[in-house]
Amino acid sequence: MTNDKPPLWRDSRFWNIAGQLTALFLAALVVTVLVSNLNRNLQQLGIQFGFDFLKQQASFDIGETLIAYKPTDTYSLALLVGLINALRVAITGIILTTIVGVLAGVARLSDNWLVRNISLVYVEIFRNTPLLLQLLFWYFAVFLGFPKADNKISLWGLIGLSQNGIELPWFTLSPEFSALLLGLTFYTGAFIAEIVRGGIGSVSKGQWEAARSLGLKPGLIMRLVIFPQALRVIIPPLTSQYLNLTKNSSLAIAIGYPDIYFVASTTFNQTGRAVEVMLLLMLTYLALSLTISLIMNAFNRTVQIKER
Amino acid sequence: MKKLALILGTSLILTITACGGNSGQTTTTNTGGTPVAQTTGNGVRTAGGDRFNTIKNRGQLICGVSGEVPGFSFVGTDGKYSGIDVDICRAVAAALFDNPDAVEFRNLNAKERFTALQTGEVDILSRNTTWTLSRATSVGLDFAPVVFYDGQAIMVRKSSGIKSLTDLKDKAICVQTGTTTEQNLADQMRKRNITYKPVVFEDVNITFATYAEGRCDAITADRSALVSRGTTLPKPEDNVILEEVISSEPLAPAVAKGDSKWGDTVKWVVYSLLKAEELGINSQNLGQFTNSTDPDVKRFLGTEGNLGEGLGLPNDFAAKVIKHVGNYGEIYDRNLGPKTKLNLARGQNQLWSKGGLLYSPPFR
Repeated sequence: MTNDKPPLWRDSRFWNIAGQLTALFLAALVVTVLVSNLNRNLQQLGIQFGFDFLKQQASFDIGETLIAYKPTDTYSLALLVGLINALRVAITGIILTTIVGVLAGVARLSDNWLVRNISLVYVEIFRNTPLLLQLLFWYFAVFLGFPKADNKISLWGLIGLSQNGIELPWFTLSPEFSALLLGLTFYTGAFIAEIVRGGIGSVSKGQWEAARSLGLKPGLIMRLVIFPQALRVIIPPLTSQYLNLTKNSSLAIAIGYPDIYFVASTTFNQTGRAVEVMLLLMLTYLALSLTISLIMNAFNRTVQIKER
Repeated sequence: MKKLALILGTSLILTITACGGNSGQTTTTNTGGTPVAQTTGNGVRTAGGDRFNTIKNRGQLICGVSGEVPGFSFVGTDGKYSGIDVDICRAVAAALFDNPDAVEFRNLNAKERFTALQTGEVDILSRNTTWTLSRATSVGLDFAPVVFYDGQAIMVRKSSGIKSLTDLKDKAICVQTGTTTEQNLADQMRKRNITYKPVVFEDVNITFATYAEGRCDAITADRSALVSRGTTLPKPEDNVILEEVISSEPLAPAVAKGDSKWGDTVKWVVYSLLKAEELGINSQNLGQFTNSTDPDVKRFLGTEGNLGEGLGLPNDFAAKVIKHVGNYGEIYDRNLGPKTKLNLARGQNQLWSKGGLLYSPPFR
């Protein structure tokens, strides 16, 4: 009865499982070595691992806050302020960059020579220079290049531009926030433009011809026929760009915008809790990224072809 | 079929338990065992002593500096480091190797500095760092004696009409993060109930550049740093430092905690700089003291007794330090004194005998 059964060492299922177990074992070994190494080093320096420091008084001020915060509050509240600041940049950035990216992407396919080439130049410049450089450019050359608040540039009496940032009728955006937002928007927008162009290009010529033969105008063809089909190709790489924008917002530290990475850096600096703070940061960015992915995947499912 | 599943299942369970048992054991032996090994291996007092030997074997000291504050540590156009912080490292190298150039300097920013020390990337941190309680405890640093007593101040443009802290109400103030400066400012403004707008940067160059661009009405840092960096502003004469000093900032070199042997070496090298000035010994007149009959001088220069041995250094380590880098006064004059651009008065950085705060415990 057991004659037709191969011996254990010739059974591929055995080797599959054994391979996985070995991998698991090696992973556990690496983690153990790292943790014990960390433990030993911390012990040698007399440092305790723990998150108690989050309840301590932060005693530093934060320039921009959307919720009430004062230096007597705790590190955890300071970090929350930073998280909200990061979300503020990420969310407005994602909205703006989508608009910029789609417009630039569609413009690349325009029949108008000027429009097409302006878009080309924009995409190539912003895609091929480092983001950090662009942020410093926006901050120092653009926003700090504006005149002092006393003689600000006024646009249509509505928008004021000065070293204090962008003054809108309702509120003022600091130069740090504005530089970060515009930097992220135009940088990521250039990538999105290419994704949109590729997505539109992926829709077969027959769709254009069919739409035209129905007598639709070019604008309507794009809106009703081509773009919805292109979305299927666009959304997955678009998700990656949203993730990049969110993570790149941590470069805020270079131009003084107090996002979570910035506040965490200060916290780490004052408390010396490198490991704990890094863990918190990793978890935060992981949570942000997973949330974006989740939302975008849900959206992706709604635009996919439904086979009936 | 069933038999195979059984074998696989059993081996799976066995391996997992073995795995679990293994890693569990490793963890316990490591976490529980390490301190024991430390005490037995290295003796109770010298938790380590390793760093000293590591440096000796390497033949070179690795010293973390800022590299961006003229007078303290700065890389000149010729690529050479200079400054009081730099000279402290040179002094330690002179004591260890009889060679002040056996130092490799590493530029560290305010955020990197403590990790670099904790992880052993640098042997000593000599980077205008303020000695604070939390840094000496939870951050895990051992501070050597203070080499410069500083205080935090505020610089403004003369044209702004700002004369005191109260004039800073609702003004933007540029600050560097990761420094005690940021907290002191918050403290002072809270105490006086003044609202202000901190504009905070990680990089010292960007902090000063932003102030220079006019984004901030004021900039705050240690007084010495303001004087030092102020000279690099586009129009230094247009700026003024407010009289008010809002904190005390004792700047001291530091080493990683838990290695008292290495910590002692650094401490006593710094003391030897002070002691030499107190005894009137400098790099120029050192030769005249070799035949001195003063027992204090003889012990200090190692011609009598064996004080150096206790540190694992040659008995004449102090003489070597003075020969190569001079005493504290010489170091100060060379980097911060009236002949330099900074021209900082000695003030509280004078010897105790001359009304200052500097004092060395006895060399005996």
